[in-house]
Amino acid sequence: MSRLRRSMLYLPGNSPNMVQDAHLYGADSILIDLEDSVVISEKDSARNLVRNALDNVDYGDIEVTIRINPVHTDFYKDDLKVIVPGKPDAIRVPKSESAEQIKKVDEFITELEKENGIEVGSVKLMPMIESAKGVREVNEIAEASSRNVALTIGGEDLATDLGVTRTKGSEEIFTSRSLVVLAAKAAGIDALDTIYSNVNDIEGLRKETELIKKMGFSGKAVIHPKQIKPVHEVFNPTEEEVREARKVVDAAEEAERKGQGAITVNGKMVDYPIVDRARKTIAYAESTSK
Amino acid sequence: MEINKAASAGTLESSDVLVSVKKNSGIKVDIQSDVMEQYGESIKEIIDKTLKELDVNNVQVKVNDKGALDYTIQARLKTALERASK
Repeated sequence: MSRLRRSMLYLPGNSPNMVQDAHLYGADSILIDLEDSVVISEKDSARNLVRNALDNVDYGDIEVTIRINPVHTDFYKDDLKVIVPGKPDAIRVPKSESAEQIKKVDEFITELEKENGIEVGSVKLMPMIESAKGVREVNEIAEASSRNVALTIGGEDLATDLGVTRTKGSEEIFTSRSLVVLAAKAAGIDALDTIYSNVNDIEGLRKETELIKKMGFSGKAVIHPKQIKPVHEVFNPTEEEVREARKVVDAAEEAERKGQGAITVNGKMVDYPIVDRARKTIAYAESTSK
Repeated sequence: MEINKAASAGTLESSDVLVSVKKNSGIKVDIQSDVMEQYGESIKEIIDKTLKELDVNNVQVKVNDKGALDYTIQARLKTALERASK
């Protein structure tokens, strides 16, 4: 199974205390931002700080992703020049609108990896879909680079581009979310959801996470440490689900030994996709308990 | 690296450091820190090392430290010097 990415904690890249403590909150992944949370006059300072953090902080097994500035700005190349030699796990590319943009980023990272003696392809990519154009091109974006490990969706910018208001039920981005999931799954990568902006509404966050889990997302961006636990709780299989999954796998293995085809568990027919899902549930549960 | 103008980087927030640099004849370093007694020497070492690495020989550096880690001090100084050399 792919890496666990239930929660990705956003942190402003120009804030030393947050950057140095980012890994202590228990998120599966940290997302250090050089884009929206950093004012234009501080872009240089933030990228130097983040690079030094990459070189000096032991983030352990946590996935470290850096959100660079969009490809249509003058900043993204400078971001990559400073950040890639620090060997982050992945680069998040905001406002991705075409396969060409992702290819451009991919090629530039390849140059930098070669220059710095880093294995080519080791820095991964997560294109971020946050405009109507991006949604329209999402299939090509998903397939644009072998570095792609996830597609992400940015709800706030997307709503602005669509000319709609973000609502609690988030009906306004339902179709876009579905298209992002389909494109990601077809490309064999993860789909990661947008933030829930009201940090005091944990129940709302939980409901939204339940919805996006059902839709096929593997995780959600969070903007406050207190959002991590509820997101993990939604994504973790329940004990009951794990028990049922074990029952299915045991029955399937038993049937295989006896040379039987279709089997039933609790009165329900069990065939290959159900066994496959059960195995994934068990593997997921094991990975969350580490 | 040549210093062409005065510049600064960083903030006075906790765990950060405000570094100001300007042209000087030779190197002059002033350090003010909340943790001067314990870490004054180590801050001076980071400044000297960074100036050497970036080949800066004529600069006045003023540091107002709010408990920054070594790599933060190095990053802020580097940024201030890059800004001053433009």
